[in-house]
Amino acid sequence: MAVTGPIETSLLFGRLTWDAIPTDPIVLATFAVVALGGGALFALLTWYRLWGYLWTEWFTSVDHKKIGIMYMILGLVMFVRGFADAVMMRLQQVLAFGGSEGYLNSHHYDQVFTAHGVIMIFFVAMPFVTGLMNYIVPLQIGARDVSFPFLNNFSFWMTVGGAVIIMASLFLGEFAQTGWLAFPPLSGITESPYVGVDYYIWGLQVAGVGTTLSGINLLVTIIKMRAPGMTIMKMPVFTWTALCTNVLIVASFPVLTMTLILLTLDRYVGTNFFTADLGGNAMMYVNLIWIWGHPEVYILILPLFGVYSEITATFSGKRLFGYSSMVYATVCITVLSYVVWLHHFFTMGSGASVNAFFGITTMVISIPTGAKIFNWLFTMYRGRVRFDLPMMWTLAFMLTFVIGGMTGVLLAVPPADFVLHNSLFLIAHFHNVIIGGVVFGTFAAITYWWPKAFGFTLDVFWGKVSFWLWVVGFWVAFAPLYVLGLMGVTRRMRVFDDPDLQIWFAIAAFGAVLIAGGILAMFIQFAVSIWKRNENRDVTGDPWDGRTLEWATSSPPPAYNFAFTPVIHDLDPWTEMKEKAVPRPTSGFLPIHMPKNTGAGVVLAGLATIVGMALIWYVWWLAAASFLALIGAAIAHTFNYNRDYHIPAEEVTRVEDARTRQLEA
Amino acid sequence: MTSLTAKYYDLEPHHHPEGASTGLGFWIYLMSDCLMFAVLFAVYGVLGNSYAAGPGPKDLFDLELVAINTGLLLFSSITFGFAMLAAQKGNKAGTLRWLWVTLGFGLAFLAVELYEFHHLIELGAGPWRSAFLSSFFALVGTHGLHVAFGSLWLIVLAVQIAQKGLIPANLRRMTCLSMFWHFLDVVWIGVFTFVYLIKMI
Repeated sequence: MAVTGPIETSLLFGRLTWDAIPTDPIVLATFAVVALGGGALFALLTWYRLWGYLWTEWFTSVDHKKIGIMYMILGLVMFVRGFADAVMMRLQQVLAFGGSEGYLNSHHYDQVFTAHGVIMIFFVAMPFVTGLMNYIVPLQIGARDVSFPFLNNFSFWMTVGGAVIIMASLFLGEFAQTGWLAFPPLSGITESPYVGVDYYIWGLQVAGVGTTLSGINLLVTIIKMRAPGMTIMKMPVFTWTALCTNVLIVASFPVLTMTLILLTLDRYVGTNFFTADLGGNAMMYVNLIWIWGHPEVYILILPLFGVYSEITATFSGKRLFGYSSMVYATVCITVLSYVVWLHHFFTMGSGASVNAFFGITTMVISIPTGAKIFNWLFTMYRGRVRFDLPMMWTLAFMLTFVIGGMTGVLLAVPPADFVLHNSLFLIAHFHNVIIGGVVFGTFAAITYWWPKAFGFTLDVFWGKVSFWLWVVGFWVAFAPLYVLGLMGVTRRMRVFDDPDLQIWFAIAAFGAVLIAGGILAMFIQFAVSIWKRNENRDVTGDPWDGRTLEWATSSPPPAYNFAFTPVIHDLDPWTEMKEKAVPRPTSGFLPIHMPKNTGAGVVLAGLATIVGMALIWYVWWLAAASFLALIGAAIAHTFNYNRDYHIPAEEVTRVEDARTRQLEA
Repeated sequence: MTSLTAKYYDLEPHHHPEGASTGLGFWIYLMSDCLMFAVLFAVYGVLGNSYAAGPGPKDLFDLELVAINTGLLLFSSITFGFAMLAAQKGNKAGTLRWLWVTLGFGLAFLAVELYEFHHLIELGAGPWRSAFLSSFFALVGTHGLHVAFGSLWLIVLAVQIAQKGLIPANLRRMTCLSMFWHFLDVVWIGVFTFVYLIKMI
């Protein structure tokens, strides 16, 4: 239902009426699939009596490893949703030629491309990145958990809350039709009077609280909880990139939060920040949101640069080439990411001097990035490179990302950008760097650290099937968009007049099919690997001959990670310990102080989600009541002073003895 | 176990004081909060002259009232400092007394601010009147919301100190609230100067 006029509201249900349930057959079919799938999952969990286990061992867990795994699962689930949106767009664009309207009306199509962008960035890439940092950073720095374990659990559930709100829009009302950054005045109340933009706002706000708090948490963890001897220039590269990423999160997400608050005030209170009249300034929104948005792209890619660095060093059997230059390059990118935002809208009309400044700063970023590429190449040079799956993904990244980087430098030239901006060339460019960088990196990371998390390696055959389908599929899907963009085709188009363009969209659609095969192969890979886990079991805890501390403990690591904290003397501490054959401590274990699990995070995030849903639907009494409940629950939580316990020394001894026997066998 | 093991593993770990990272974590949180204010200041900078043919600062601002409010907030920072000094001496009664005084100043500040807002809206100068007023209400109101939240926190903490005494966990919380309270003072100095004083020249 495309709502254009004012909506009637009732006291009890706000603007929620029976009309809010979509009648579109495509949405109904999706709803049926989700309802059946969800129902089946619910029934299975109930049948096998898994709810109690999930609640005590996972949902309420403050263990950074479990929270990290839950983030990855959230990312994978939302990835399927975001990819379904992508396939719908490809299908629409290949069909809507020669007078055909395709199969999606404009109201539906506009929601699809908006949801695709929002979900892929906020609920796929962000959970992947946060999940990886959560799982790996404490292990790499020899810590037992993060600085604020409860906050970590709460952050995760806030991210889930945001995802729930976004998913709810599929079956109740509508989603925004504004594009993924919701530029006003289109996202203002006069142009978008119904719930779509409100879903967008509250979904992002709820998740954004989680992201900011998790950024603070990991930042403090890296600063305060490193093992003795791990000076700042002895930190593993992944931890370094995580440090910079979290600096960026803490220093940019508040800008997003406040910008969305101002948009909210415009929509709910009637203020005039971004309106077209009474002094409002819509371009201020565009500036503010990109002051968050550009650092955001480095929040996504920096941790994966760290992943590639770890993998390249490990699979080349060599220390990383140019460690210090890698660190300085990361820091340079972190700082420079704040002075390039205007390149997203050179066409604003800020004048030649301003555009030249931002064009040059943008090109300057390619220097530290290029330095990184050379460091990886020199790490491989004269190394004994093992072409296991993580290394294959890394090589595919290097080849793909360099092309994406070069088209980025092209776009950084303001006159060129005037021709190419908002075209499919831009779409091809950022998919080139995000898929080639973030997605390939996440898959590299999953195959690399999976044995650490679960104690067995992933199936190689299905991994290779997935790899080739993905890499080939990516190029088949996005190379045509470069061509179309150069021909002047703009983004977000629903129907086309020129029949000559159709063949390129057909090729792109075929690429999407190949990628779908790659995704399917990846899920088959997970299933086959779990099925055949005893064949691929790794008892050493170090299947790849790793170099950093996470490989020094068992797979999966015990709840406390390390019975005794390692002491660091070298950049690659585990390699050094292996070379010197340092014996593992096998006796004299002490009780270990650990945080207790708590359900408070689930409760608080659940209440925050209700507040968001109530505000979307103008159900003011529910919003007020759930907000008060949220404050009350938060205060009640502060009265709980008893939040930790000790793992007894006997328990530690039992776990470590089992590990000793395993290593001897 | 060999001496090699002792070199590479911390076999005699020293005890880490609980909550050692809380101060740093809260300080980083404050800096992220500071960025939210930075956005609001920037927005006020951009929109501060967009009156949309409506009332401007000289028609609306009552500097004497704002000066009183500034005084109230500055005094509340001093009295919070006295509460911290009392807490460090282990003087529970003194801590609570100064906390309640601080709360009094905080609530008085909020009352004056609410009066000011009410008065402006009465005059037809509400946040929807012009972009200037939108940015004014957003910046000053966000600061006021922070003071309101700080006051609620102060009440909860005072109850906790009354119940459990000046235990390390409560002292840690008090340090955080103290940082929060002084931070709001610093932000207010910016508001007073940048929002009110400059516009009255």
